[in-house]
Parts: sequence; structure tokens; C-alpha cells
Amino acid sequence: MKAEMAVDRAKCIYCGCCVGLCPANAIWLDETVVTIDEEKCVKCGWCVRGCPVGAIRAEWWSR
Amino acid sequence: MKEYEYDVLVVGAGPGGSTAARYAAMGGARTLLIEKRQDIGNPVRCGEGISMDWLPKVGIEPRKEWISAQVKGAKIYSPSEKYVVTLTAEHAGNEVGYVIERDKFDKYLAALAARAGADIWVKSPAVNLIKEDGEVRGAVVRRNGELVKVWAKVIIGADGFESQVGRWAGIRTALSENDIIPCVQYRMVGIDYEEDFTHFYIGSCAPGGYVWIFPKGPDEANVGIGVTLKFLREPGEVKRYLDRFIERHPGLAKGQPIEIVTGGVSTNRPLESVTANRVMLVGDAARMIDPITGGGIKNACLSGMYAGQVAVEALETGDFSRNFFGKYEELWRREFETKNLRNWHAKEVLMTLSDEDLEKIVEVLSEEDIEDISALSLFLAIQRRYPELVRKFEHLL
Repeated sequence: MKAEMAVDRAKCIYCGCCVGLCPANAIWLDETVVTIDEEKCVKCGWCVRGCPVGAIRAEWWSR
Repeated sequence: MKEYEYDVLVVGAGPGGSTAARYAAMGGARTLLIEKRQDIGNPVRCGEGISMDWLPKVGIEPRKEWISAQVKGAKIYSPSEKYVVTLTAEHAGNEVGYVIERDKFDKYLAALAARAGADIWVKSPAVNLIKEDGEVRGAVVRRNGELVKVWAKVIIGADGFESQVGRWAGIRTALSENDIIPCVQYRMVGIDYEEDFTHFYIGSCAPGGYVWIFPKGPDEANVGIGVTLKFLREPGEVKRYLDRFIERHPGLAKGQPIEIVTGGVSTNRPLESVTANRVMLVGDAARMIDPITGGGIKNACLSGMYAGQVAVEALETGDFSRNFFGKYEELWRREFETKNLRNWHAKEVLMTLSDEDLEKIVEVLSEEDIEDISALSLFLAIQRRYPELVRKFEHLL
């Protein structure tokens, strides 16, 4: 499956905000790497909007 | 896989986890405190404003090494900034009397846990719980890159806003879009501001949240913002709200950031349950943050103390069931559940008010004698001037 989401590692400061707000528990932070499990993802877009530094992108997301 | 055995495993060495580990160890429990980061307290993820009246209750003595500034009180600004309510530290609940150095504070609390007898592992994240026949038995931990098993009779989840332990244990910690506040803060130097006060700006500068300035020195402060997720539409918008606020304030705009801090804050009503068999959650992991102030340290330390004490009692009785942990639920709820619930209701109303409404409220309050600050007196003062506004929140009283 092609990844539809990406975390911009140049922007991410691995604060874990996305992990805490994800309602599907689909985001995992390991030291400085954020991983999104797109099988679990419910495409709510909260992480895209909620990431304080705007580091999360999703192809399906639109406002 | 290497294996270790403890009575109590505490996941996360923030204020809640270190306090839980300290009280568990003080009660004689073989206690392990694990922290995923290499450096306890760093990087800081906090505005660093706290009150102090509760410290003796959890056995913490204020120490110069982690107190950054003491303030005379708090100033709350109306959306136009024409009106200001000044709350002195002695009144109004003394919500933010001190600004601390969180990294030093966290290390101090971890040191107290160590001196009480707890073992500490840094750079050691929990990666999952160990379950046997559906029962939690411990956690798999990556200790310095190597996976090890830690068997424990009680697991205390103190893993903050990320709150993984609770989810693994099946505790419902999910939040609504109204109750999530993404935050951004700069530690700024070279600014002009009034250093004797903490400053709070409400209204459309920070929808469903506020901008704060917490003093760190004569020309240095934490300048931060939280905005309710519901009001965020664009990626990175919360940071742009803060940048815009700083641009509009020349005293801030002349300064420079020496650090950027981000993170999430929960502002939910108290959870139905923060325990499972063998598992207790404390602090931010248990979603215990005060929904009005966004402050989490006090409730983290108080709940951590109670969880540590109840863990010791559980070891004495050999009962590690959720039912037994009802004792812990009772203790933390007696301490601050009512206040958190009331503040959650108040936050829900505040979130719906326009700049115009907030302007009127701050105007009225700025003219009142704050010596007599109580919900009722404030309410009556607003009612006298703006009866129609009061209809929006009179059901709260």
C-alpha cells in the first residue's frame, strides 16, 4: 500500500502531541521518529490540524 | 530476553511518575521508574507556571535551584487589551505564583524517588505491556536499545499526554476535539514586559485557549499559546497564531527565541475510570489537567502520591484488582474531581463567547474589588451590568 501520510522530519520536534490526540492510537513516537499506522488511521485529520508545527501531511486531507 | 522483577513499575519520570515512585519506594515496594528520554526533564514541554501551596502535601520543599521567578500575581487582558483584571497571588486561588525550571524540577523529583529507594532507568521506553491470559503482568522495555521484560505487580502509567500505558491496558482516555489544546511556546530573551506578573490574553488571539507570558527574568519569559483543536483548520495554525500575537506586540517582537517548545494539553471532564487490573494512571496520562488553567503539575504530583501509596497497600493485601484500586480513584477524586468538573463546564462556556462578550466580562471584573473574588460575586457583578450575557452561563451556578 502506498503511504498517503508523511511526517516532515525537518519540521517535527517530536513533542508527541500527535500521539496523544490520535483517537485511533495509530501514531507512534520512537525517540525522534514519528510513525503512522495507516491501517489503523481513521482519517479524521486531527493530527494534520493539531500538530503544533504543521509537520504532518496527508494526501486525503483537505479543509 | 533479559528479565527483571519489581513490585511496582512506573512508566515516565515526569512529576507524577517520580512522585508515584517515591511514595511506592518509601512504603517499601521494590520500585522501578523508567524514562524514555536520556535526560529527565529535557526537553521541557511546559509553560512552567505553578502555584506552591500544595507542595508540602506531597513532601516537596521549594528549592532555589528550580524556582525561576516569583510573581506578585496574574493579569488577564480583555481581547482589545483595554481592560485588565489583576489577581494578586494571595487571592483568586493563587493559580500561578511561581515560574519554575522544569528540567531542574523534574530531576529534583526523580532524585527524591531514587533516595527513597527506587531504581531508575533512563533512555528506556516501555514498548508494550506483558499480558498473560488477558492479565497485565508487566511491560516490555527497551533498555539502552535492548528489549527486556519487566515483571511487576503494579504498573503506574505516568506517560503524559501521549498516554500509551492507559490505551494498552484498555482504559478509555480518548479525548474530544473540544478538549485537546495543541500548544507552542518560545522562551524569549530581550523582551520588554512587566516581569512581576504572569500575563494571560484571551479571545480571538487564541480561540478556546489563551496566550501566556510567564516571567523567567527581567527581559526573558516563556511566551506561549494554546488553541482548542476544534478551532484549528490549517496545519501549523497554532504557531501562526502565536507569531501573529508577537508581531502585534512590539515589546515581544524586539526579542528573540532561544527555544521552541510544543506539546498537547487535555481539557476534558474527569474520566470515568483511570484504573484497570494492576494498572493505575496518574497526571496528564490520566487526563487530570485543570481544564481552565491547563496546569497539570499539581494534580500529577497529588495523584502520583496517592497511586504510590495505594500500590503499597495493594502489595500488603496481595490484591491488585481494579476493584482494590477504587481506593486510588476515591483519593484523587476527593482531591480535585469537583474542581476539574466545574472548570470544564466553565471552559465549555468560555469557548463559546465572542470577543465582545469577553470584553464585557473583563471590563466588569477589572472594576470589581478582587479581594472578594468568588464565582458568585463575579457573577453578580456581571449580571448587574450585562444581564443578557449572564444568561449564557447562569446554568453553571
